[in-house]
Amino acid sequence: MSTQRMLLALATALPLPAMAQGAVSPEYKWLTFLVFGLIIALTMFVTYLAARRVKSAQQFYAAGRSVTGIQNGWAIAGDYLSAASFLGIAGLISLYGYDGFMYSVGWLVAYITVLLVIAEPCRNIGKYTLGDILAFRNDPKKAKTMAAISTIVVSIFYLTAQMVGGGVLVKTLIGIDYEVSVIAVGVLMLAYVVFGGMVATTWVQIIKAVLLVAASLLLVFFTWLPYGFSLPGFLEAAVSDPKIQAQVAKLLGDPATSMTATELGQRFLEPGLYLKNPIDQISLGMALVLGTAGMPHILMRFFTVPTAKDARTSVIWAMAIIGGFYVLTLFLGLGAAMNVGASKIAAIDAGGNMAGPLLAQYIGGGENSMLGNLFLAFVAAVAFATIVAVVAGLVLASASAMSHDIWVGVIKGEHATQEEEVRAARISSIIVGVIAIVIGILAKGQNVAHLVALAFAVAASSNLPAVLLTLYWKRCNTKGIVLGMTVGALTAIGLVMVSPNMTYPNVVRATNQPIVDAGPAKIAAAEATLAVAADDTARAAAQKQVDNAKAAVVGAQAKIDAVAGQTTSIVGLEAPLISLKNPGIISIPLGFLCVLIGSLLGREKRSDDMWEELYVRQNTGIHAEGATAH
Amino acid sequence: MSTMNWAAVNADPRFQDLHRRKSRFLWGLMIISVIYYFMLPIGAAYFTDLFKTKVWGVINFGLIFAWSEFIVAWGIAWIYARKANAEFDALAAEINRDAMKGAK
Repeated sequence: MSTQRMLLALATALPLPAMAQGAVSPEYKWLTFLVFGLIIALTMFVTYLAARRVKSAQQFYAAGRSVTGIQNGWAIAGDYLSAASFLGIAGLISLYGYDGFMYSVGWLVAYITVLLVIAEPCRNIGKYTLGDILAFRNDPKKAKTMAAISTIVVSIFYLTAQMVGGGVLVKTLIGIDYEVSVIAVGVLMLAYVVFGGMVATTWVQIIKAVLLVAASLLLVFFTWLPYGFSLPGFLEAAVSDPKIQAQVAKLLGDPATSMTATELGQRFLEPGLYLKNPIDQISLGMALVLGTAGMPHILMRFFTVPTAKDARTSVIWAMAIIGGFYVLTLFLGLGAAMNVGASKIAAIDAGGNMAGPLLAQYIGGGENSMLGNLFLAFVAAVAFATIVAVVAGLVLASASAMSHDIWVGVIKGEHATQEEEVRAARISSIIVGVIAIVIGILAKGQNVAHLVALAFAVAASSNLPAVLLTLYWKRCNTKGIVLGMTVGALTAIGLVMVSPNMTYPNVVRATNQPIVDAGPAKIAAAEATLAVAADDTARAAAQKQVDNAKAAVVGAQAKIDAVAGQTTSIVGLEAPLISLKNPGIISIPLGFLCVLIGSLLGREKRSDDMWEELYVRQNTGIHAEGATAH
Repeated sequence: MSTMNWAAVNADPRFQDLHRRKSRFLWGLMIISVIYYFMLPIGAAYFTDLFKTKVWGVINFGLIFAWSEFIVAWGIAWIYARKANAEFDALAAEINRDAMKGAK
């Protein structure tokens, strides 16, 4: 549920008048463009080198299976650390303390599933796609069609959230128009994928992951330095920090009045300021822990390494990088809460996504310093690179499903030359890329918040049961995976459609009307303060108050206007049917159950015949697809 | 690939042994990690007093438990990698070698 609120904030954050130019001050904007230009130049150079190598399908889809375990570990981390996790978790910690940190744990634990039961068997029996794994012992055409549909659905959900979130993020940071940044992300990403295939995509992920980790280490170093790198010292400073105490008092409301300042500070390190519904929390945890292993763009990464042992090494490295990164977010989040302050962070972006970038600016010397803006520019450029890289991975996964599973596997009946297949893959990439850009632009200002969690829920309820039971259960067959994948995915999507995630016009009016009504009084009060402000500092602060009050009214009115004349949600409901925001706790067990039921409906010769071969091969690696000589 | 006798490899006692050892080990680790992970949201929601108990200065049990999640995840990964590198890979390679010989 936190992903949803995080992205909701990302997607609906309205740039405040004072921030119309973005968080980077105009006179230093060239720095952001310079840093980002350097990153683009580097990734384009890599793409140029890669493009000369990509001649065969194996090169395009799987980088010739010549990626080393360590490289693949960094690339997995690059694929996984999306803007939501990079900026969002630090932001949640800066606003809500402990709950934000607790939230990050599930993203790491997810890789235990990948490591133990998915990575090596998939490497041993797979070729390029999820469809190849499912087609091994099930009816190839049906299995590949199901896998391709599921891959494309999951990728489009995830991709839309990335595109919309990314567009808003770039606008907030550097003030570039939403449409321009969506098109820029799309065109760049297409250049990597179309010309460089998996080779370039892998290197873009590696470059981005290294930059992201470097940026975080730098920020943590300077945040922790004043406390002599003492953990208790740092946390004690957080507890006794007046900004953090004020934030807790604001979150708690009335009960806070009877608490001492230290108690308020301590409360920030305790659970319950953000996550209120444990069942939803567990449901999201299930989707993360089981969904990551069913994410097509993550699965695909295991086909790029030469052996199962390298697949194992790559997950170990990915876990070290991803886990290390999430441990650092505690310092980033608390550092931002102390140095920048929750009120300032939330004023720029309600979901806290700007906590990391604002901390960077503070550490470098503040809003008007060269170094502060260089740091901010660097973090902003890394954020942009992050979105491009994650979208590239998703587009490559769906394009592979379209060309390899549907076009070659189903339509051409596995008869296509290398040249034809690579051309089909490139054309598919362009189609998916253009769809991504169009959806990104059409979804401007839409509530796409629930889409990341939904992508994980669909992957966990549809792909994972099918893959896991195909690999480990003797009786599993085509009927099972078709039934399980259909029911799992439709249940997850259906439950979200009737959940509180959707927009309910009556609810929107009920929440925003009071803000509009209270607006004039607030603005008048702020203007009165401005009128009596003694000096420039006080005047600037008061002016900001006025701007904030005005922006709140504009924002609330815009939300009301957006639902004018409507009374029901997209599926015709006035209020949500269920209170659950994350469908996983229902749809995941149902997905597994339907694979079981479907399989038991009848036996299939091919599924039975191929079981021994599959089982021996996934455990021993006999006949696993090797690397191409190069 | 038709030259490979999969049923014979499957029936090989060494393969059966590898399979048995690997399955027990993998699913055991998997269950431990899932239980340990879900103890965090459940604990934070239903055992708040325990999570708020201060252990070292301002550091409370909840923070230590959250950090322990990272240690346990890394620990499981490390234990698995060690076992697989030392034991499963060697067994699989042996079966693989003999099977390829038999196929010729």
